[in-house]
Amino acid sequence: MKNQVLNLKTRVMNINKSTRSNAVTIGGILIAYVVCTALINSGNMSNLLRNLLVAMCYYSIMAVSLNLTVGILGQLSLGHAGFMCIGAFTGAFFSKITVNTINNTFIRFTLAILIGAVAAGLFGIFIGVVVLRLKGDYLAIVTLAFGEIIKNVLNVFYIGYDSKGIHFSMKDTASLNLEEGGMVVVKGAQGISGTPRNSTFTIGVILLIITYLIIVNLVNSRSGRAIMAIRDNHIAAESVGIDITKYKILAFSISAALAGVAGVLYSHNIATVQSTKFGYNTSILILVFVVLGGMGNLRGSIIAAIILTVLPEYLRFMQDYRMLIYAIVLIVMMIFNWGPACINWRKNHSLKDLTKKLMKAKKEA
Amino acid sequence: MLAGVDMSFITYLLNGISLGSVYSIIALGYTMVYGIAKMLNFAHGDVIMVGGYIIFTIMSTLGLNPILGVLIAIILCTLLGMTIERIAYKPLRRAPSLAVLITAIGVSYLLQNLALLIFGAEAKSFTSVIPVKPLSLAGGRLSISGETLVTIPLCILIMTSLTIFIKKSKIGRGMVAVSEDKDAAVLMGINVNKTIAITFAIGSALAAVASALMFSTYTNLSSTSGAMPGIKAFVAAVFGGIGSIPGAMIGGILLGVIEILSRAYISTQLADAIVFLILIIVLLVKPTGILGKKIQEKV
Amino acid sequence: MKKRIFALLMVLSMIMLSLAACGSKEEKPDDGKKDQKEQVNDKVDDKKDTDAPKFYIGGIGPITGGAAVYGQHVMNAAKIAVDEINAAGGINGYQIEFRFEDDVHDPEKAVNAYNTLKDWGMQILMGTVTSNPGNAVKEETYADNMFMLTPSGSAPEVVQYDNAFQVCFSDPNQGMASAIYVANKNLAKKVAVIYNSSDVYSTGIYEKFAEEAKNQNIEIVAAEAFTDDSDTDFTVQIQKAKDNGAELVFLPIYYEEATLILTQAAAVDYKPLFFGCDGLDGILGVENFDTSLAEGVLLLTPFAADAADERTQKFVADYKAAHDGTIPNQFAADAYDAIYIIKAAIEESGVTPDMSISDICDGMKEAMTKISVDGLTGAGMTWTSSGLVNKDPMAVVIKDGQYVSAD
Repeated sequence: MKNQVLNLKTRVMNINKSTRSNAVTIGGILIAYVVCTALINSGNMSNLLRNLLVAMCYYSIMAVSLNLTVGILGQLSLGHAGFMCIGAFTGAFFSKITVNTINNTFIRFTLAILIGAVAAGLFGIFIGVVVLRLKGDYLAIVTLAFGEIIKNVLNVFYIGYDSKGIHFSMKDTASLNLEEGGMVVVKGAQGISGTPRNSTFTIGVILLIITYLIIVNLVNSRSGRAIMAIRDNHIAAESVGIDITKYKILAFSISAALAGVAGVLYSHNIATVQSTKFGYNTSILILVFVVLGGMGNLRGSIIAAIILTVLPEYLRFMQDYRMLIYAIVLIVMMIFNWGPACINWRKNHSLKDLTKKLMKAKKEA
Repeated sequence: MLAGVDMSFITYLLNGISLGSVYSIIALGYTMVYGIAKMLNFAHGDVIMVGGYIIFTIMSTLGLNPILGVLIAIILCTLLGMTIERIAYKPLRRAPSLAVLITAIGVSYLLQNLALLIFGAEAKSFTSVIPVKPLSLAGGRLSISGETLVTIPLCILIMTSLTIFIKKSKIGRGMVAVSEDKDAAVLMGINVNKTIAITFAIGSALAAVASALMFSTYTNLSSTSGAMPGIKAFVAAVFGGIGSIPGAMIGGILLGVIEILSRAYISTQLADAIVFLILIIVLLVKPTGILGKKIQEKV
Repeated sequence: MKKRIFALLMVLSMIMLSLAACGSKEEKPDDGKKDQKEQVNDKVDDKKDTDAPKFYIGGIGPITGGAAVYGQHVMNAAKIAVDEINAAGGINGYQIEFRFEDDVHDPEKAVNAYNTLKDWGMQILMGTVTSNPGNAVKEETYADNMFMLTPSGSAPEVVQYDNAFQVCFSDPNQGMASAIYVANKNLAKKVAVIYNSSDVYSTGIYEKFAEEAKNQNIEIVAAEAFTDDSDTDFTVQIQKAKDNGAELVFLPIYYEEATLILTQAAAVDYKPLFFGCDGLDGILGVENFDTSLAEGVLLLTPFAADAADERTQKFVADYKAAHDGTIPNQFAADAYDAIYIIKAAIEESGVTPDMSISDICDGMKEAMTKISVDGLTGAGMTWTSSGLVNKDPMAVVIKDGQYVSAD
């Protein structure tokens, strides 16, 4: 108990520090943005990197939003890509059917983002209500199951529209019974293709900063403290009158909605989206970002997402060995980052220490 | 007509049990490692794939005896499992369990890509190592494959011997102690590192046995053929109550039966979604799986 | 403290990466080429070291992950074709530089691969191997007006724009041809289909087949799907086909799953006529597969690895020699043809490597509608401006462990 009071005290003392840390993160993102824009405008950036910038943004958003569930709420989720899938599909569907009616790209894309976020958020609430009474690995497996259900169901969706309205089938294109000139929007395994490519680096960065601010504000609010109390000890939290279900669902649905935003960004970046992309492999990839960057550490999530998005691309020169090296790098990074022995070693060989030693040596001299 | 319906239902049921027995035997290895080391070893499915390639190489490429192939696979997989544990998991012994989970995923990628480089991307067709003839019932209208006939008794055998081993032997009781409280186990003079290494050895040996049975039933062998069965077996282990050895077997069989029946009577396209939906419903009713223990939490 | 050092580490590696990125970009193209040559370890003659301009052809496909086998066949076969052309003096005297990038069968990675190739200096794209990545990359090539020839991306949407062409048949085309063939040869009245509902190729063929079957008076008694996640147990699908009395089972899928279906059908003593498309080609090459199970399987494919003509035999021999005795499948044949089609289109249009990407594309897409190419996958292949190929499908039947012409 005494410890916790002390903990609280340091937390209060550190408020300024956390504000400073947030300023550093956002400042870092902005500086990176300015540098990248300058490089693009002066023609000094490779096509590959220029194209990866948007991907970095949506994977960062995914990582930061999953960090809310895993790091801050303390619940392991293996189905985060499912929410991204919902966002990607609803957003792309909306853009595709309104591409001729709403001519203003900005309004259309903003609406698409909102729709994607709301759809994914609603799913988050639904899944949250159903599953959050489970714990630990059981919760993990149920989120994985939901992710797989979303993937498998969307895989057999056929949606088309013509003058009579929207047609829907779960069998094949022919059973849509479209009249001549009707358009198939969602086509089963082929998903949605030909989405307008509205995602830009600027929009990605703006959304990333908004995501970051939403989560930081949540964490530093009363609700955020309640959420972290649940993580640290849910029985104690309940006993002081925190409504566990409410806060769990709050965190879970915000996390899902933000994943939906990332999904919209994804589907408007590469013009085609299939549900098979969002299986457990992608969910796990996002989890890798979070764990590597440090659970609860938002900045770490962003940095890890950026590095692991870029890394496989820059390993291309390895040809066949590329994914092998990627796997080895992943294992080594995990051990270096989390292994107790490595943490000790780093403590003893840190830069700060080194400078201290140097100073000392200087003084003595 | 009614008899016809019944007959096809029984056929589906038998097919389900056959698929389920494969899941069971993989799930046994999963649950064993989880129960003792408290980690989800996502690389388990890939150890099975490696086992498959070892047996294939010995049996089909070198033309040696299948039994010898299985034995060598058991030895090599055990060594592989222990090596993985030593290099990738042991340095993270005191780290959060999620960190180990991610490392396991790294190992899984590593094994898949190594297999791709060594054995190539071409799928290989596995020859069954089980020389048992299919059993014909009801005047030839029903048949149970030799693989199923062997897998189920073997599954029960492994299950009981594992249970006895854990309950009776000194090492087994050491495992229980480590799983319940690592620190207390150390105080009782148990070598935690050794115990966990042995757990991995047993888990990987089971993976080799599973690979012999799985690839005998589903004869397609490629570098990714361990991944999906691994995930499904993980689901089966949770289904039965993760950490529980009889639970893994029951969970595996049930999962197989549900999968086949939903494919047969509901939809072939949505079978996977239905399996996962049933899993969710079961877990909502019994939040720790069918045979899982309810853990009382203390403040 | 720990976090800070971690962050520092990350930033450092980030800087290193971006430096590496800048470094490789600022190098003169010549250096890049040399690097590439060393890695790929191509057999190139000394002529290449001169400063003569070359055609830069890029390829995209999966060479790792679950679909790796298709991409690897394309990559290997394209390299054989490139080496042959270079050894014979190149295209209009210009040598070819070829580079293949991995997309792990993922549209997002395919776009990354495309941009990597663009940074390398690609002028013509031979890709993508699979359809979904193709749908993403086609938007890029269309925006850049880069010529794109896909060897095996068979969805019609891949060649939706005027700069894209196909070597393989499109999926609806195959579905239609299959239904017509079954009807014309009077093979069966009751047909079952087993297809992969998570695969574009498979659903594309199935849909058109089902549509055309109605016109041809073929009854589809069972249409059963499977997915990539559950592609090992086919007992239910086979049982349903059997219970519904299907005389023919149509398999618009790839050969890996087909080996399992044949094995499991044999186990329940079900012996209908099995009929497939070009995806089944390669079934006899699966190592250790009991080919007696495939006896009598009919397939509609433009390529069979043991065709008697000299070019096929030479190609198969070269491929086997270079790749450990692996028998090339139709993906390989499509890719081999693709390189020769690019050659023919360049020769027809007279474009040169010093022209802009867009000018090369304009010249080549014009030329594509004029040329006629005799390749491994068809004689007298021609194209319309829609990008679809005109060639005759060939029915092949498996007899005594060999592909034999069925007509």
